[in-house]
Amino acid sequence: MIKLELQSVSVAYDRNMVVKDLTFQVMSGEMVGLIGPNGSGKSTIIKAISRVIPLYSGKILLDGKDVFKMPRGDLARSLGVVPQMSILPSAFTAFEVVLMGRNPHLGLLQYEGARDLAITWRAMEMTATHSLAERKVGELSGGEIQRIVIARVLTQEPKSILLDEPTANLDIRHQVEILDLIKNLCLENNLTVVVALHDLNLAAQYCDRLILINNGRVHAQGTPREVINSRNIKEVYGADGCVYTHPVNGLPAVLLKAGNSQHTKPRGMIEGGIV
Amino acid sequence: MTLNQLKPSFMEQSVPVHFPRRRRRAYTIVGLLIALGGVMAFAITIGSVQVPFLTICQTLLSQLPLVDITPTWPSTTETIILEIRLPRVILAGLVGAALAIAGATYQGLFRNPLADPYLIGVAQGASLGAVIGFLLPFDWRGMGFLIIPVLAFTGALISVAIVYSLARVGKTLPVTTLILAGVALGAFWGSIVSYLIINSGEKMHGIIFWLMGSFALSEWSEAKIVLPYVVVGVAVILLYSRSLNIMQLDEEQAQQLGINVEKVKLILLAAATLITAAAVSFVGTIGFVGIIIPHAVRLIWGPDYRFLLPLSVLSGAIFLILADLVARTALAPMEIPVGVITAVCGAPFFLYLLRRKKRAVFF
Repeated sequence: MIKLELQSVSVAYDRNMVVKDLTFQVMSGEMVGLIGPNGSGKSTIIKAISRVIPLYSGKILLDGKDVFKMPRGDLARSLGVVPQMSILPSAFTAFEVVLMGRNPHLGLLQYEGARDLAITWRAMEMTATHSLAERKVGELSGGEIQRIVIARVLTQEPKSILLDEPTANLDIRHQVEILDLIKNLCLENNLTVVVALHDLNLAAQYCDRLILINNGRVHAQGTPREVINSRNIKEVYGADGCVYTHPVNGLPAVLLKAGNSQHTKPRGMIEGGIV
Repeated sequence: MTLNQLKPSFMEQSVPVHFPRRRRRAYTIVGLLIALGGVMAFAITIGSVQVPFLTICQTLLSQLPLVDITPTWPSTTETIILEIRLPRVILAGLVGAALAIAGATYQGLFRNPLADPYLIGVAQGASLGAVIGFLLPFDWRGMGFLIIPVLAFTGALISVAIVYSLARVGKTLPVTTLILAGVALGAFWGSIVSYLIINSGEKMHGIIFWLMGSFALSEWSEAKIVLPYVVVGVAVILLYSRSLNIMQLDEEQAQQLGINVEKVKLILLAAATLITAAAVSFVGTIGFVGIIIPHAVRLIWGPDYRFLLPLSVLSGAIFLILADLVARTALAPMEIPVGVITAVCGAPFFLYLLRRKKRAVFF
């Protein structure tokens, strides 16, 4: 079943066309990775789907309904977004910020009830942030804030989640933690996930399908194995990457080599295997 | 466990935080309401004629329908209480409430702790209007006192309308442009006002007194005009207090949480501007209340706007009633402009709060 559909979507900042005639579909329960170089339009696509920036042309359908014609509250009940940089008001507690996810479910005069608080608490347990509940968000680390924002998105009870570089600025342990969490949510709750990722290795490890964006257009799409190969990487990134097979799970993995690597002797091999 | 499973079975006891706080908030609001009543009664007792507290309460109660108290006090006392002190106290309370909630709203909208009700040109527009009123060649007293408030109100609204239309970019209203346009236009009006004051001759004293704010000429008719603006404006702002909380995230996140940011911005700006303009046009541009009361409330009770806004209303009213009490009694029979008192008495208290709480993050 098609969950999210972009039909020849173009987005322009002033006269600068950033996303051009983009078409792709995301199936229900799928975890799809958007990959591509800096400035290729990944973040713009996420913003357009969540209706933060207007379209130049084209259409975005969520569950067959035009995103730009829905009331914002309806959209927020079916689509949650984890932005790249989440600015949070530092004096609020983590619990208060996560509770904000209930907003689309509440009327103008309504106060959060016991059920809203329970859902909020549960989302904090799922993201292992419940121990931070009474802390001020200004005192939290980058990884903790990222998990708080994911908890807030879960509190919205959406069927689909968009994430823009959720692992940027995190160390490798937190990168894996966050993506494990998202992957589990996707599998267990049948959520549809679209995630923009910088790191090709992480993208290959976690996503069912990848969409490689270059200059605002789809360059390639398919399974990680189909998309991540030396030819695509050379064409899109202009960099020589060696694509290997991951020794544990057989997925493609990219190793980089320095551009001036002809000056670097492969020491380990010459000097008797001591690295 | 899935997200769907958690819905029905959840009980309150699984949420260990946040529950007691709601009751504590209700107590705080009730406490401040009682304090407001006490401060009002106290402010009415004090003045050139001392009236016993009991007489005040009896007089006020006797005005209510269905209450039958035989007056044991002279009718002049009743006039002093009902026609002189009560309207003045009520007007001070209304203006304090209006400035405090407008300040809190602007700080929230602009996500800027330096925002005050006069940030986008309300005060300077009102001042220009008022100064023009003072300098009109004919005697405005003959026109039933109303020319200055009307001109001040008009000036405030015109000023904000200009700032608003200058700051608009397409269909959006970026807050940074709004602040900058407000500051620039405010400076422009301000220098015209300064020029007019210098050339105002013997009217200078009256103008400067107005600019610093005073309740000396308060009457029922003024309180009655200000009241509906403040009530409606406060009600609208309170209605959007949850939205204001969520707009403390950036605008993108607020939109993604279902807030129609541009609409909410417009509604809150209009409400806060109207109550500020209504308050300022009768009593002058009283400073300090709008910036310091919301921050004091934040320091003591936290940043949640659903609580901050009603508490600002009550604290602002209490603060300005007390400030006006000092203004009219400290050097009696001379009146000090209340704007002088708000800062002279308010600033030390706020600095004390800032030091004692020592909170690194409270905004």
